[in-house]
Amino acid sequence: MESLERIILEQTLFAGLDPDIAQLVTGCARNLHFEPGAYLFHEGEDAKEFYLIRHGEVVLEITAPGRRTLVLSTIKDGEVVGASWLIPPYRWNSDARARGHVRALGFNAECLRRKCDEDARVGYEMTKRFMPMMVNRLQAAYLQLLDVYGRPEGS
Amino acid sequence: MDPYVPLPYRVLATRKDTPDVVTLDLAPVGDSIPEPQPGQFTMLYVFGVGEAPISVSGAPVDGNPLVQTVRAVGAVSNAITRLRPGQEIGVRGPYGTAWPVESATGHDILFVAGGLGLAPLRPAIRHVLSNRDRYGRVSLLYGTRGPEDMLYRDELAEWRRMLDVEIEVTVDHADRTWRGTVGVVTKLIPRADFDPERTTAMVCGPEVMMRFSVLALQVAGLPFERTFLSLERAMKCGLGLCGRCQFGAHFVCQEGAVISYDRIAHIFTVREI
Repeated sequence: MESLERIILEQTLFAGLDPDIAQLVTGCARNLHFEPGAYLFHEGEDAKEFYLIRHGEVVLEITAPGRRTLVLSTIKDGEVVGASWLIPPYRWNSDARARGHVRALGFNAECLRRKCDEDARVGYEMTKRFMPMMVNRLQAAYLQLLDVYGRPEGS
Repeated sequence: MDPYVPLPYRVLATRKDTPDVVTLDLAPVGDSIPEPQPGQFTMLYVFGVGEAPISVSGAPVDGNPLVQTVRAVGAVSNAITRLRPGQEIGVRGPYGTAWPVESATGHDILFVAGGLGLAPLRPAIRHVLSNRDRYGRVSLLYGTRGPEDMLYRDELAEWRRMLDVEIEVTVDHADRTWRGTVGVVTKLIPRADFDPERTTAMVCGPEVMMRFSVLALQVAGLPFERTFLSLERAMKCGLGLCGRCQFGAHFVCQEGAVISYDRIAHIFTVREI
């Protein structure tokens, strides 16, 4: 548990976390390895666990009948896969697939949500750390939607 | 010499980079324009059609041709992209400011390119890579719409083989056949290896992409005065006389296209300007 806590504190997402809060977070965490092509989760499933990538690459994908599978985003070392664990109804809205070997930290979402509810300091720390990531992803989605490299209007 | 009179250049070769982007190699028929600095542009004149400002993508040095990459978006640029080897085109310039490759000596260099924005950055990238020992860490972050929209594929592959340069390419949209990164180019900025205390950033792409890029660079700790952008405005005379390219108090053809962000930060997102 001690070394897992050290690994967690080494991640940018959790840098500077108070030791007692780090201990609570570590209680919800485990080390994971995914084989190439393995799915971390599928669209529509309960968001029971989210992942912090230690090494490797994960792609978020959307598949629709009659259309090619579209890649929404690639997620790399130090980045989080999945934010749906924070927001009801706690269901994934894309597939997440390991592109190669992936080492990750898995966090039990129910466990962490309970600790956030029980201790406002934990909830505040999680909010502070996840909010910038979510805003950045929202801005990135805006930029993707704007299709800025498309042909200028009227051309 | 009349500054409005273009010099005749001959098209040596053309390359289709994407369905609507063509790169031309040009050589003077007689007199040549002065050597362009990285970041400068020329006015290209298709006889009988009109003139358009186009960034220089390769300087005519060491026996190399003048290289210009053009996207077919209007009457003139369409005509340029239809030119064939042996045909002639008028060239005047070079105009505008240059990327700060000299003042950035000793710094980490971060190039952020979006779409066709790689074309104006290419001379600066080549300069930095040719003088690699004069700079710290060098990173090129390049974003395009999709894998098929990427410019200079062979050269990107060549730069990737260099061990002391970080080249990251991302596309906004892709299917599973694309093995690279998917996401907007700004997402690459926090992942890049540079020291904001000693980094000069050179950013070029569509204006919305540059707005998001400066935000991400600001978050990464880069000061505005070491963040340089290349502005795109409707340049006409290239001499600071006609006023077509006025941007606030600046004439982009003279004080730009390359400009440090601290000079325009207060007006960059003002819709009315």
